[in-house]
Amino acid sequence: MTEATKQSKLRRYHAARWDEPVIHEMGHPGRRGAVFSQAEEGVRAAVGDAADLIPEAMRRREAPALPEMDEYDVLRHFIHLSQQTLGMMGISLFGTCTMKYNSRLMEGLTARPEVRAVHPHQDEDTMQGTLAMIHGLDRILRALSGMDRFVFQAGGGADAAYTHCCVTRAYHASRGELEQRDEIVTTIQTHPCNAATAATAGFKVVTLMIEENGYPSLDALKAAVSNRTAALMINDPDDMGVYNPEIREWVRIVHEAGGLCFYDHANFNGVMGKLRARELGFDACMYMLHKTFGAPKGNGPAVGAYGCTEALAPFLPSPLVVEDEGRYRLDRDRPQSVGKIREFWGNVPVILKAYAWARAMGEAGIDEASDLSVLANNYMEKGLLAIPGVTKSQPHLTQRRLEMTRYSVGKLQEETGIGIFDIANRMVDFGIDAPWLAHEPWLVPEPFTPEAGELWSKEDIDQWIAVLAEVAREAREEPETVKTAPHNQVVHAFDPAPLEDPDHWAMTWRAWQRKHRKGKHD
Amino acid sequence: MATGEVRKRLGLIVNPIAGMGGRVGLKGTDGAAILAEARRRGAVPVAHGRARRALDALGREDAAFDLLAVAGAMGEADALACGLSPRIVVVGGAETTAEDTRDAARAMADAGVDLLLFAGGDGTARDVFDAVGDRVAVLGIPTGVKMQSAVFANGPEAAGRLAGLALAGRATETRLAEVMDIDEAAMVWGRLSARLYGHARVPVARGLTQAAKSGGGAGGDDALDALARRLARTMEVGRLYILGPGTTTARIRAALGLGNGLSGDLLAIDAVRDGAPAGVDLDEAGLLDLIDDRGASILVSVIGGQGFVLGRGNQAISAAVLRRAGTENLVVLASLEKLLALPDRVLRVDTGDPATDRALEGYIRVLTGPDRSTMMRIAA
Repeated sequence: MTEATKQSKLRRYHAARWDEPVIHEMGHPGRRGAVFSQAEEGVRAAVGDAADLIPEAMRRREAPALPEMDEYDVLRHFIHLSQQTLGMMGISLFGTCTMKYNSRLMEGLTARPEVRAVHPHQDEDTMQGTLAMIHGLDRILRALSGMDRFVFQAGGGADAAYTHCCVTRAYHASRGELEQRDEIVTTIQTHPCNAATAATAGFKVVTLMIEENGYPSLDALKAAVSNRTAALMINDPDDMGVYNPEIREWVRIVHEAGGLCFYDHANFNGVMGKLRARELGFDACMYMLHKTFGAPKGNGPAVGAYGCTEALAPFLPSPLVVEDEGRYRLDRDRPQSVGKIREFWGNVPVILKAYAWARAMGEAGIDEASDLSVLANNYMEKGLLAIPGVTKSQPHLTQRRLEMTRYSVGKLQEETGIGIFDIANRMVDFGIDAPWLAHEPWLVPEPFTPEAGELWSKEDIDQWIAVLAEVAREAREEPETVKTAPHNQVVHAFDPAPLEDPDHWAMTWRAWQRKHRKGKHD
Repeated sequence: MATGEVRKRLGLIVNPIAGMGGRVGLKGTDGAAILAEARRRGAVPVAHGRARRALDALGREDAAFDLLAVAGAMGEADALACGLSPRIVVVGGAETTAEDTRDAARAMADAGVDLLLFAGGDGTARDVFDAVGDRVAVLGIPTGVKMQSAVFANGPEAAGRLAGLALAGRATETRLAEVMDIDEAAMVWGRLSARLYGHARVPVARGLTQAAKSGGGAGGDDALDALARRLARTMEVGRLYILGPGTTTARIRAALGLGNGLSGDLLAIDAVRDGAPAGVDLDEAGLLDLIDDRGASILVSVIGGQGFVLGRGNQAISAAVLRRAGTENLVVLASLEKLLALPDRVLRVDTGDPATDRALEGYIRVLTGPDRSTMMRIAA
């Protein structure tokens, strides 16, 4: 047992469990949240029946099947639902997600009418502040990356990768080489959205395997590139935390073949302030504002900030925010632009949060945060590898991992039959979030990938390690406890097999009724 | 488990001598002479320990099943040691033989087992395959000296777990996996010689690990089918397409509407030209005859588990054939899952001609789906 696990006291957590029906099954006919008074005689005479205001073709033929409830019951139901989550304020070490504290101040700022009520069709003169902020973040990201221009239209990281594919298409088309250059090269450990968006944009995808060094070899890259290469799309470090030190040579080889180089900066936290994509030779890069730059992450609005060199800037999506002698405006007169990747010009509240985060952190703060995230990960690695049955991916590599490390409980599973899904199910019994495992395809058996980041304290990290150590102990001494977990959670163990059965799964209430309530519900 | 549901049946065969040669420096334990040599060198049985590890792992899954085991050292003893109460199948005499394995497998198939779990090596796999073909799902607990066949789980625990999932109805799909035939008489003297012997049916652990997260299905199979359709659709007029053995290239035959195999045989090498059969079950001379100045592509797959693309099961695609077609016209197809499961993630060639093998060394694009490829290193 390590120092960390000795000192950490495991919490006797138990989740709230309200055992309530879903909201569609609640309520009572005729119950209402708010009752509106009848319109006055004169108003009715002037306006007519409210229903007539809706065009005939758009009118519902039947009333929607909504639960009939009062406001109090609705609020109570949703509070109960929120109590049944871990609240995203736990020890949430999700690798590649770069979880950060999302300050309440930012929420307050974005709730202000100057932000909330802005509409993209407003006259530019009435939203100079919003445009100034977008331009300001553009400038900050240019400084961090060395690129010449950023655009915030993409609604997430994959959307930014897709932006790059569109820019790549436009760039090669402008040179008359698009037909010839139909391949995009990526690696097995680059986020799968790079391969997926390349394919979506019509490119053939060539994937490089990891080799002895922990990353693909230069020889493999040389064998892959040719006059058909349109672009390289790659991350560095990869999701195992391994940094490829030959990256500058990679970029040179791809450039020599006539391809563009795109740096997927999903794993920026470990290198921010330490390197600039442009200085490594890249033509373009992407940051996730909802991860690295402090805006909330997790199925809410997101932004993939895409930046590129002056040479590629003409192809960027429109409009761009530009500054003319102290006044900001939207530049739509961009004949070579790929057009729209997404509506309007990005999720402005997310841009605001990232801008405020970057301004609050400052250059020195950002630099220090990356140091802390690498330090925290390496501290954590020592504690986790002290747990019997836990191993590191590619254990032969001597170089330090950056902000995260890929581990495996394959050995523990061999010895006990307890795999990573069992462990994840049990860890939530201690009130911490289940670990993120790995992108597919899995390169090591039974993987998990925690990312400590700069947020969590040493005590929190020790707590997380102690929980895993305890679950690993249980796997050996009382495996049934782990196998049948979770026990202290809202939902207990269930059979995941039906999740693969289209006749069983239901994403909406309507689908549920169709598939599971046949004949029972009339 | 709900009452009234039919309980699944598991057959267990343990080859008690499998693996004995390994610890004493022999490359196999097949045949009475080699076994005697192994015993002379002090070899002790290893299969029982590994079979019991698998049964323990199986016991940890929530599967209710009836067990059939071969009497005595060929299964019964290990089942009893793990607290199981098997029905007994009696075969052979005191010294266990390959014939005993075949008899037991046949008896279990006749008794309607849902899964045949066997502990052994390549020789055992071959004997089981001889008896049951692909009519019963089989799964190997690796205990032998060599496990070139793709019917083996990665280890005893993995075998037990997968068997448990299959018996619990949570791994209901099967796939065809290569059974390799190793010439042990040659192996013992240090020469590796193997050929593709057939395809056995093995359970697939779909949903075992990844599915709960991705909801994805057997993506590799879908990608390969799509690739086969693409290749079939884009074949050039006049060009010869040589289709190596195996289930992957069989998808191309199917996509061409030529059935499971032109010769109905997954082990055969066939050729097509302009969408029609140009040759069936070809040998080296037959292939050389067909290749002309209209060009030829040689489509082969990867032997699961060992990474051979040439020289295992497709020896007729010889150095001479490769020279005539041009080595740049060698096209390798495999699912990404298969490539990732290879030891060292390296491909191997053994054409019998060292110069040709050396010429093939380096990186090759393995097609994994339509417009999808993975760079793999070929080591001779």
